[in-house]
Amino acid sequence: MRDVAIIGSGVTKFGELWEKSLADLVAEAGISAIMDAGIDGTDIDAMYIGGMSAGRFVGQEHLGALAAEVSGLSELHIPSTRVEAACASGGLALHSGYLAVASGMYDTVIVGGAEKMTDVAGKEATNILASAADREWEAFFGATFPGLYALLARYHMHKYGTTPEQLAAVAVKNHHNGSMNPKAQYRREITIEDVLNSTMVADPLHLLDCSPITDGAASAVITSVEKAKEYTDEIIKIKASAQASDSISLAGRSRFDALPATIEAAKRAYKQAGIEPSDIDFAEVHDCFTIAEIMAIEDLGFFKKGEGGKAAEEGLTALDGEIPINTSGGLKSKGHPVGATGIAQIHELLLQLRGKADKRQIEKAEIGLAHNVGGSGGTAVIHILEAI
Amino acid sequence: MEKVGIVGYGAYVPRYRIKAEEIARVWGKNGKSISAGLGVYEKSVPSMDEDTATISVEAARRAIKFSGVDPKEIGAVYVGSESHPYAVKPTATIVGEAIGATPDMTAADYEFACKAGTAAIQTCMGLVKSDMIKYGMAIGADVSQAAPGDALEYAASAGGAAYIIGKDNIIAEINETVSYTTDTPDFWRREGEPYPGHGERFTGEPAYFKQVLSATKKLMDKMGTKPSDYDYVVFHQPNGKFPMRAAKRLGFSKEQVEEGLLCPVIGNTYSGSTMIGLSAVLDVAKPGDRILATSYGSGAGSDSFDITVTDKIEGYPRNNIRKMIENKVYVDYALYMKYRGEFK
Repeated sequence: MRDVAIIGSGVTKFGELWEKSLADLVAEAGISAIMDAGIDGTDIDAMYIGGMSAGRFVGQEHLGALAAEVSGLSELHIPSTRVEAACASGGLALHSGYLAVASGMYDTVIVGGAEKMTDVAGKEATNILASAADREWEAFFGATFPGLYALLARYHMHKYGTTPEQLAAVAVKNHHNGSMNPKAQYRREITIEDVLNSTMVADPLHLLDCSPITDGAASAVITSVEKAKEYTDEIIKIKASAQASDSISLAGRSRFDALPATIEAAKRAYKQAGIEPSDIDFAEVHDCFTIAEIMAIEDLGFFKKGEGGKAAEEGLTALDGEIPINTSGGLKSKGHPVGATGIAQIHELLLQLRGKADKRQIEKAEIGLAHNVGGSGGTAVIHILEAI
Repeated sequence: MEKVGIVGYGAYVPRYRIKAEEIARVWGKNGKSISAGLGVYEKSVPSMDEDTATISVEAARRAIKFSGVDPKEIGAVYVGSESHPYAVKPTATIVGEAIGATPDMTAADYEFACKAGTAAIQTCMGLVKSDMIKYGMAIGADVSQAAPGDALEYAASAGGAAYIIGKDNIIAEINETVSYTTDTPDFWRREGEPYPGHGERFTGEPAYFKQVLSATKKLMDKMGTKPSDYDYVVFHQPNGKFPMRAAKRLGFSKEQVEEGLLCPVIGNTYSGSTMIGLSAVLDVAKPGDRILATSYGSGAGSDSFDITVTDKIEGYPRNNIRKMIENKVYVDYALYMKYRGEFK
């Protein structure tokens, strides 16, 4: 296995992009990543694209070939594969590309993720997203994702005394970060009161505890570290690429105060990277709901189990905190085009590691972690990047 | 070119009201925050024996009575609505018969979501200008539908207004009208379906604002006017917020909008919305006042009108619609459902 580097990335604006089709978004993100990497289309050996449910959102499957075509690469006939793991599709596309480059099969690979979610009404989007849960044991009985994460939140509150205010603190922090991200869907600051006064979606989760429905795409170019040196002096190495799975339904889990898939993927990632959680300078975590970020920062080992809420409340995860979390605004403020999210997290890591995150640039950004979750924790994908 | 304009107008809003809070109570929502968010506090509710035909007749009779126009001289009756009582069989013939305008007239029903009534005004302007008819009557009226529990339920209400368009005894001259139309599916109701569907927030930016702002700008460009040239401005009012936001974006003040903004207290009367709002402005306008009115219909399009009030307004019986709105009776959700015929 050889070392792999990321040499470029790009994201589209996230939001309700009614003027842009799925193909437009894929092309825009792909081209910006290629330009960022300073490579030519002919340099690309393969493509992996993550998408959760384009078939149901816009009636388009066969995303692999489509992505190659709209990127102007169809005449090169490169292998192009669509990867799906619900909301972790993007992260898994990178993991797949990583394996291909690390194995020596391909040299330079473009990975991406895209989702066009606003062509359907909210109710339909909720139903489509519920296909990331267990259809037979959860969705058929009316469980939605806000409902499932509300159960996890209730349990966390019961076991550790986590409060609605602590949940809200996550949203407030992420909106603050997102207000400085020109690509973010919601670039406005909110207060704890705004969150607590917003419509109750699934008790205890208010509207402002939930990530939104979003259109968007993201892309990154990876190659071997050796080859990366031909393109750039600024090598961003993929120190770890790990994946773990778990029962797709909550009922099959061993515990409810954590996502065991995250814990397991993190263990593998830290082992591969040869580092400890305390070595991580900052992270993009999968805050599809505020409770998800609180569980994530515990499961990733940044804080003790049960202390994630307090950490958020005390500002330990803020831009100037102990370990800045979701400097991009996270899924909450930046938006959550499910298939694109995992790659968009990587884009933010790249910006921070290169010192190009403008107003939201953190002081020490040498090692960053990206944490991408599918469903309520059936899949977790973790990447650790380091500027070397 | 001879002047053409409004010779008479009359509006009608049913007496029953339901508060947005009462609807929210039933659905377990926070009524106060919904009202504040939408800018709608209560809406009109048609009684069991009211529909688009009866509301159109009420409005038409008032226009005839106030203007003193001989109904026999009305050569065209057009009724714009998205809730015509019949799928096939015109509302306009019912109105024509009721006001005594039949049989020497033409008639038709119009549908363009919430702007069919203003499209009827434009048709009447053309017929009057070309001397095909002496007077034309354009009506916008609705008993709009909303599925119980849908977001539309907080605003979908009932009401209508009738305008007599002609060349004689004009109380408000229509200086110009322009339209802006695109195929934008933000809101629809398919044949045979009881309730409309909508594209949620898609109804905002690419639909309402795109058409309303474009039509209004186009009109001002054509007339060489700016917002401050107008004393009043009326926009279609699907809720209390959209017209305010449209005004702000175009550079109109809150004060210019307020007189014609009735949605907070009567809800969205759909085809009646812009036309009832304009009637509230005409009720208080002085000779020489200049009014800009822009309707909006989903699907989507806007008609924009540049209007100057004439001296003849002073002899016109006025102060009608706000007085009518104040005369109200509140109903609870159960009575509302009964009046809407939801219990079958």
